[in-house]
Amino acid sequence: MNKILFKEQLSKDVYLMRIAAPMIAEERAAGQFIILQVDEDYGERIPLTIADADINEGSITIIYQVVGKSTLALSKMNVGDEIPALVGPLGTATHIEKFGTVVCVGGGIGVAPLHPIAQALKNAGNKVITIIGARNKDLIILEEEMKSIADEFIVCTDDGSYGRKCLVTEPLKELCERDEKPNMVIAIGPPLMMKFCSETTRPFGVFTQVSLNTIMVDGTGMCGGCRVNVGNKVKFVCVDGPEFDGHKVDFDNMINRLNSYKEIERDVHNCYLDALVDEKESKI
Amino acid sequence: MSHKTIEQFSEEAKILIADYVTRVDDLKAKERTKIPAQEMPAQDPSIRVMNLDEVALGYTMEQARIEAMRCLQCVKKNCVDDCPVKIDIPRFIDHVAHSDFEGAAGVIKEASLLPAICGRVCPQEVQCQQSCTVGKALKDVDKAVAIGRLERFVADWERMTGKISIPEIKPETGKKVAVVGSGPAGLVVAADCRRQGHQVTIFEAFHKLGGVLRYGIPEFRLPNDIIDREIETLSAMGVEIKTNFVVGKTRKLMDLINKDGYDAVFLGTGAGLPVFMNIEGENLVGVFSANEYLTRANLMRAFEKGKADTPIYPSKKIAVLGGGNVAMDAARMAKRLGAEKVYVVYRRTEVEMPARKEEVLHAKEEGIEFLFLQNAKRILGDEKGKVNGIECLRYELGEPDSSGRRRPVELANSEFILDVDTVIVAIGNSSNPLISQSNPEIKVNKWGNIIVDENQKTSMEKIFAGGDIVLGAATVILAMGEGRRAADSINKLLSGKSDTDNIIQN
Ligand SMILES: Cc1cc2nc3c(=O)[nH]c(=O)nc-3n(C[C@H](O)[C@H](O)[C@H](O)COP(=O)(O)OP(=O)(O)OC[C@H]3O[C@@H](n4cnc5c(N)ncnc54)[C@H](O)[C@@H]3O)c2cc1C
Ligand code: SF4
Ligand code: FES
Repeated sequence: MNKILFKEQLSKDVYLMRIAAPMIAEERAAGQFIILQVDEDYGERIPLTIADADINEGSITIIYQVVGKSTLALSKMNVGDEIPALVGPLGTATHIEKFGTVVCVGGGIGVAPLHPIAQALKNAGNKVITIIGARNKDLIILEEEMKSIADEFIVCTDDGSYGRKCLVTEPLKELCERDEKPNMVIAIGPPLMMKFCSETTRPFGVFTQVSLNTIMVDGTGMCGGCRVNVGNKVKFVCVDGPEFDGHKVDFDNMINRLNSYKEIERDVHNCYLDALVDEKESKI
Repeated sequence: MSHKTIEQFSEEAKILIADYVTRVDDLKAKERTKIPAQEMPAQDPSIRVMNLDEVALGYTMEQARIEAMRCLQCVKKNCVDDCPVKIDIPRFIDHVAHSDFEGAAGVIKEASLLPAICGRVCPQEVQCQQSCTVGKALKDVDKAVAIGRLERFVADWERMTGKISIPEIKPETGKKVAVVGSGPAGLVVAADCRRQGHQVTIFEAFHKLGGVLRYGIPEFRLPNDIIDREIETLSAMGVEIKTNFVVGKTRKLMDLINKDGYDAVFLGTGAGLPVFMNIEGENLVGVFSANEYLTRANLMRAFEKGKADTPIYPSKKIAVLGGGNVAMDAARMAKRLGAEKVYVVYRRTEVEMPARKEEVLHAKEEGIEFLFLQNAKRILGDEKGKVNGIECLRYELGEPDSSGRRRPVELANSEFILDVDTVIVAIGNSSNPLISQSNPEIKVNKWGNIIVDENQKTSMEKIFAGGDIVLGAATVILAMGEGRRAADSINKLLSGKSDTDNIIQN
């Protein structure tokens, strides 16, 4: 069924896996995601973006960060193991066309879902400027891959251990201030990063697309657990998204909702507290 | 009401039956109506709110026989007229009265494929039992012959004595049928088409089969074992099952026909789109659709805390908005998950509640508080965006609306605040739009329900539909009935016969 074909650790807590899923590989488009479970009876349903797909091999690539019990269990699985449940491709594909100049901003693990989109934009004839950022050098992923498709490439880290010492919003602002403003920005990363990227571009009127990773259960529009306010309308991220106009998303509400279960998760998965705190800090 | 144990019911029934058993066939109508209506043994409310085990325990054999003897074997069978699938009710009941439970099962199965499920979840008091002559004679619908309980008894007896047999399958035809969705509609289509020798594949979006029976209706009302048995039977019949497969996403609907060689497709994708109230505060932390809350608890097993990875929101005081089965299930599940106070907030009165009567009664016994003629106006939150109350309005009943129910009219300045930390919205579901969005050719009505003809055929060739995706949120028995009709049309299509002549009435 969904056998793990390849596994690689990209950074301290980040893993890449190629998984056999021939039908999904065939149907998926940039921007879509899958949901998987590490246990059919008791496992939770984890949404993960499809970072890449190989139709010939019949595989999809996922890149994930260990943030809790389920992703830890996933990271313990090895080549040859079967993922008990995997469904997709879900969500609406990214709308790709020739926009002109597009800035692709990726924060932390957000670079993984950004990569196929940047690639598709490049193939469609866009000028692609890429900014990737992370807390420190060790957390930068897919640098080479992103660099090879970028017309301009900027790396920054919060602590200055690599590239520029700044947040991704700093170079983003500079790009917006150029005479030739970008035609579009795509920002994918922690919610706070996407919020501040949207705030950065708002005064310049540059359309900014964000990709939301809300809590999900079914991923098919049945439960409404993934709902967000977009321009004062309720949208279901799993079917209407995951991509939305960042200038219209109510990020504060989304972040609150994302934290709905944080307290319980703390209790249950105490040992992962550190990872959670780490991740929180890495937001922006 | 004092709680009687199953042993007490059993003792009483044994005494009664000694009196009647010799005269089963000679009892006069008057005598029959005097036989005490048999109550359903149930778990003690104070105990059952702490477990997920089934609440209703089922009749004992003696109780079933006594209850069966209450049936008058009417010539004009009102009960059958009001049964959506026309089970020959008096005939199966007569078998029960004579202890021929296998015979009874046979009669039921002529018309219904899922008796253990329907016996538990059908709204009998507005179907067969509503018009039962005994209930009419005693001027109390609660005193009607307990047809549903008898149906359940027969189905359980069959299951527990291992008498369920794998239906006969006709020789392979080489034709292929795709069934999309594994709710009651899809399950019966799979069975009925397979029986004719067609190769059948069920495609289900979730990792487990059963549709609402699995993710919506809780274990304490419909144990998973029963659904599992139905699915095992289908597997044994050679039905192929593909879970984690979303038709329209994993594979395009038309590809099933054009690339994968299916000769017909049945869409039984259900009414999986939660309706929200569109009031202020509905996106606060602590507001859930009943679908989400129940899916977490049932399908994802959040009830088994510590074992399940899927969390459930820790609530002390919950308001459930709505008055149907979904609201009852959510409220009673919340209680079992440890909520101290659970309110059901409903705009109308108890009489108008669409929930099964037995569930309302059980909910009350379990300490659920009903706030009738009230409704939420907006949901209030704290500085962290978490629910900390709802502002409600009071209502009175006005003129009847188009559905014939008296319409609730809000009372001016009647606002008050209900102190809760969680709100579950259970005001309904509409059709899952996934299929129609990915196949704009398929005709739907303004509510998004797929339009079908009298043979359950959609506007697209070879594609049929039935159940909630056609009816809007309806019932298990109606979904099953539509499934049987669709299977019949598919079988006719595949055997090359015209599907317009003699449509079998379910
Ligand atoms: C909480 C609750 C309590 C209820 N209580 C009662 C009751 O007591 N009595 C009663 O008679 N009725 C009750 N109902 C209603 C009853 O359950 C439904 O009417 C019935 O289940 C509808 O059956 P169905 O086969 O049409 O669809 P469903 O049971 O909804 O099943 C549809 C299935 O299709 C799957 N699916 C959807 N889209 C796709 C796709 N694109 N590809 C693959 N699979 C897909 C879904 O995952 C689901 O498993 C209740 C409903 C709920 C929610
Ligand atoms: S209406 Fe009631 S009494 Fe008459 S046959 Fe039906 S179940 Fe028996
Ligand atoms: S995850 Fe359930 S509706 Fe989106």
